[in-house]
Amino acid sequence: MAVLNILVAVCLTYVAILFLVAFMADRAAMRGRAVWLRSPLVYTLSLSIYCTAWTFYGAVGNAARSGLEYVTIYIGPTLVMVGWWWGLRKLVRVGRAQRVTSIADLISSRYGKSPLLAVMVTLMAVLGTTPYIALQLQSVTLSFAAFAGTAEGARPADSQSTALWVAAGLAVFTVLFGTRNLDANERHNGVVMAIALEAVVKLFALLAVGVFVVWGLGGGLSETLARIDTSEIGRWQVAPGRWAGMIFLSAAAFLTLPRMFQVLVVENENEGHLRLASWMFPAYLMLISLFVLPIAVTGLERMPAGSNPDLFVLTVPLSEGQTGLAMLSFLGGFSSATSMVIVAAIALSTMVSNHIVVPIWLRLAHGGALVSGDVRNLVLLSRRFSIAGVLLLGYLYFRVSGGGAALAAIGLVSFLGVAQFLPAMLGGLFWRGATRSGAIAGLSVGFAVWTWSMLLPSFGAGGVLSAGILAEGPFAIGWLRPQALFGIDGLDPLVHAILWSMVLNTLAFVAVSLVSFPSPLERLQGAQFVDVFQHSGGRQSWTGGMAQSEDLLIMAQRIMGAGDAQRLFQREAQRQGLAGYLPEPSPDFLNVLERELSGSVGAATAHAMVGQIVGGASVTVEDLMAVADETAQMMEYSSQLEAKSAELARTARQLREANEKLTQLSVQKDGFLSQISHELRTPMTSIRSFSEILRDTAGLTEMEKGRYAGIIYGETVRLTRLLDDLLDLSVLENGQVRMNVSHGSLGDVIDHAVAAAGGAVGLQITRDREVEAILVETDLDRLAQVFINLIANAQKYCDAERPELRISVGRSGGMLNVDFTDNGSGIPRDAQEVIFEKFSRVSDREAGGAGLGLAICREIMTRLGGKVAYLPGQGGTAFRVSLPERAQLAAQ
Amino acid sequence: MGKHVLLIEDEPNIIEAISFILSRDGWKVDTHSNGQTAVAAVHEKRPDLVILDVMLPGRSGFDILKTLRAEAATAELPVLMLTARGQTKDREMAEKMGASRFMTKPFSNAEVLDAVRALVAG
Repeated sequence: MAVLNILVAVCLTYVAILFLVAFMADRAAMRGRAVWLRSPLVYTLSLSIYCTAWTFYGAVGNAARSGLEYVTIYIGPTLVMVGWWWGLRKLVRVGRAQRVTSIADLISSRYGKSPLLAVMVTLMAVLGTTPYIALQLQSVTLSFAAFAGTAEGARPADSQSTALWVAAGLAVFTVLFGTRNLDANERHNGVVMAIALEAVVKLFALLAVGVFVVWGLGGGLSETLARIDTSEIGRWQVAPGRWAGMIFLSAAAFLTLPRMFQVLVVENENEGHLRLASWMFPAYLMLISLFVLPIAVTGLERMPAGSNPDLFVLTVPLSEGQTGLAMLSFLGGFSSATSMVIVAAIALSTMVSNHIVVPIWLRLAHGGALVSGDVRNLVLLSRRFSIAGVLLLGYLYFRVSGGGAALAAIGLVSFLGVAQFLPAMLGGLFWRGATRSGAIAGLSVGFAVWTWSMLLPSFGAGGVLSAGILAEGPFAIGWLRPQALFGIDGLDPLVHAILWSMVLNTLAFVAVSLVSFPSPLERLQGAQFVDVFQHSGGRQSWTGGMAQSEDLLIMAQRIMGAGDAQRLFQREAQRQGLAGYLPEPSPDFLNVLERELSGSVGAATAHAMVGQIVGGASVTVEDLMAVADETAQMMEYSSQLEAKSAELARTARQLREANEKLTQLSVQKDGFLSQISHELRTPMTSIRSFSEILRDTAGLTEMEKGRYAGIIYGETVRLTRLLDDLLDLSVLENGQVRMNVSHGSLGDVIDHAVAAAGGAVGLQITRDREVEAILVETDLDRLAQVFINLIANAQKYCDAERPELRISVGRSGGMLNVDFTDNGSGIPRDAQEVIFEKFSRVSDREAGGAGLGLAICREIMTRLGGKVAYLPGQGGTAFRVSLPERAQLAAQ
Repeated sequence: MGKHVLLIEDEPNIIEAISFILSRDGWKVDTHSNGQTAVAAVHEKRPDLVILDVMLPGRSGFDILKTLRAEAATAELPVLMLTARGQTKDREMAEKMGASRFMTKPFSNAEVLDAVRALVAG
């Protein structure tokens, strides 16, 4: 009794220390001195809740029964931590970015925040975890009984009360530290710290027992190894199928067990912690499995036949009289059990409370009327009851099952149950095509197969399923035999269950995902999960505060129409107790607004729009892509219309332009023909008239005859010149003329032009021959033609009493300029542009030209690469002929 | 005879030709070659007939005709229009403006004489 009393005292002291540690850690965290609390070391140690009492006691039992197979349970997580580090990092990043509170929340959130999925996963998790919790209670009870048995003889009646007391104690601890505050991050500093301490204790205890066994009893390392070699269990008996199945199962369970998800993702403070954990956690697993074989071998040798190998860790030191060591070992087992139960209870209670209790409560209590404080209390309360409920369930399971099954078997049943989450979880993380329907289908199928082929048979023949059903299938349907589905016989029952449940689960998940169509919110969430590294921090609920209600109103008016939007805003403002149209941008209001808007523009668009204004959540490329997806058809249709309309407009414009051009050309042609007609008919009139006079009039004097013949001659010359000019101009305009480029002195060209224009008759010409002494390279004849025209114009039109023409040469802007300036009255400003047009004549006075001269000059100069322009402000009519410099060569 | 005609035309050779023909037929021929002052010349010279060229410097023959027709004193005055642009558009325009006769250059001398005689007799 003394030993038992001491044990109880030690236990209570240990529990008190745990309470104290948790309390201190919470206090420290609240004061913001949580840095050392949240070190990667603590994170890694907290992961060790993977090693439950099942590991602590059961591994030795497993080794005693099945040899080295227990190693697979460690290999799985090790492979995940070492080989799949990047995947874990993604999982943790998604969990943090989405503020995920549990694995049920993760899966539901990924698939469009589906409440149905959340409830499914929660129920499955409870179903899968309850036996496990029972297992922990059983281990504590058994170990306690082992102590008691040594001291006083077995007192089996007490085992159930022990379990009840342990369950109640754990419930109190979990409620105290697990629901202390309602942190948005769902982190529990006190709990994590206590768990880290327990991790150290259990490792230390197992190592201590191991050292005692090897060096205390076994006589050293080499002798122990030799004994392992000779022992039955030391044989390397690997069943490849079972090993692969176990490794896969433990790896999957490491990710999907609710309690593992809790410490791995939810409690994670910093992604970087994974780096240390990726090698340190495997190292921890290696240490904890180090002495499993020696203990098992020693136990088998020394303990009486028929004693429970699951308790060798405890019973070996006890039988050797090492009460202190046994007590340490008991504490180790106690730590393993309690830490698992605590975290599992927190994880499950979070799910149960968030996804089942609170939604039901809110629906029953007309959630809209609640103020936020009420919800807070409600959530805490429901979580506390959930914790108590989960532990109660575990205790009831323990009572009902009577603690009959071997520990390890329950563990594996549990593992495979939660492993059914794996396809939906991984698919959600890496495959954007995964849909809610696919996840539901996969989970349902997987869970059904698991229940049928593993859970129910685990109660043993005659338990839930009769021996007949196990042997021949329900209603004697052979292919539905629980452990030989589809007629595939001869597989290990575990491998059989793993294979069928996971394969059918995955197939259903993929197939239904491919067939079904994701909702916009699913697509949005899918993008945020799969591409989490491109954008972190896409929270889905609005924080408000920064939002401008007025901006929101403006936007809402555009989308919903002014009347509806104003009514909505007014209603919301009233609900908040405010007058007017602008409610506070509270999360509630923003959600209402988003919902209203999504009725008009779709959920993704509404989310993106509110996000833009509120600024609380960044609108990412993926969000916008989801919007684009949603409206793709609409946009395509409208852009088609737009393209067509643009095309029509373009065609219409082209037609209009073509028509204008044609009209213009027609007008020009009419004008030109009209001009030609006039220019030809006028001399013809004189010619005809005077030739008729000469023919028909008798008695004309010789002088008259000569005069009239002279007129006729002059007019024919005029006609010829007109035709020449017209042809010349036509050729120049069509670009058919060839320029005969040659070298010559500018002065010579001017000389030639002056002579051809009839010399300086009636016109005083001033020149500076020195400046003119420039060598030019151009078509000299054409240049002379231009000069002749200009000189002739001066002769014809200069209205000064003593007409003078100054020809001057200069340079400007890379051009060689020859100016022809007379002392007449010049050309009126409005006519200066017109004079270069065909048939334009400014002067009233008869000058005999057809008005083509300057037009021809202009064409020639264009062809020569220069130009001719009227030079205003020279005191008379002035034309400037410009030649490009390249046409000019230095004469000197 | 001694009928009085005013020739409004800017081409010197054509002025000389028409003056010669009409003078030989016994007409008193006055000439004017500026479009802007043409209407004033008509009022001043008070001819029995006006021969009016369309293309005049300063003012078009059509404008002059319009002004003449708008005034009571000259509304009924016979006007023979001459044009060197032989388009039907010009003919239509002339008829609309109220030209008594329209003639395209080049014309035969006999044609002009016939037209002038017919206009004054009518």
